[in-house]
Amino acid sequence: MSMSKIVRAAACVLLPFILVFGFYIVMHGHLTPGGGFQGGAVIATGFVLLMAAFSYDSITARLSKSSLTGGETLGLLLFIVTAAVALGLGGTFFGNWLANSGAIFGTPVAFGANPGNLNTAGVIPIMNLAVGIEVLGGLSVILLYMLSGVHEEVA
Amino acid sequence: MRVIITAVVVIVLSLAVLSAAAGLDFGSPVHTDMDDYFTGFGQVLTGGNNIVTDVVFDFRGFDTLGEATVLFTAVTGVGLAFRKRKEDEDYEYE
Repeated sequence: MSMSKIVRAAACVLLPFILVFGFYIVMHGHLTPGGGFQGGAVIATGFVLLMAAFSYDSITARLSKSSLTGGETLGLLLFIVTAAVALGLGGTFFGNWLANSGAIFGTPVAFGANPGNLNTAGVIPIMNLAVGIEVLGGLSVILLYMLSGVHEEVA
Repeated sequence: MRVIITAVVVIVLSLAVLSAAAGLDFGSPVHTDMDDYFTGFGQVLTGGNNIVTDVVFDFRGFDTLGEATVLFTAVTGVGLAFRKRKEDEDYEYE
């Protein structure tokens, strides 16, 4: 049940831009509007575009359900583990154990308007990435499940 | 008759809600302690320039964990509803 060649070619042209834009929203979540949920939804939109343009069989040949659900589970686990590491370091659950530490994502930030630095905000970029992976896997696999219930009518 | 009763009830209820909202003073909250704390210290404490993300992923991180769990549960439910059924599986639930 794939669509015409024009739609398929347009989907292939648009897909990398959608993926790059979604990943940008995820990784700049602590600097610009957006974050893990929004960026993950944008990336899932790219996959949904593929699902609309191509047939179910050609999608699942390259993008398996188990990899998407695995990404979803991995994102949620990374989120919980990042929050729980703060317990091991003597802080509270969800404590920001990387902020202002000088290590990765640990550059201190001065109060006030500044252009922003990607290497700041402690555990927030890690959690954005985790939630982004989870949302893109979850939304894509929901659409993939619904597409698997659609049966092609034999003409 | 039913239409008139419905219209009267809707009008009375909306007037009651609007009269309560008319006395409110929007834009000038009474308790601003937490707002001032977030806007004053959020950027320095967490290091993130986007104060909304600071609140969602740091100060209220436990709430975000709940949101992520809700999405995970939703995906599990959809996977259960659209699962691949066996040929001899009984469709009638008694």
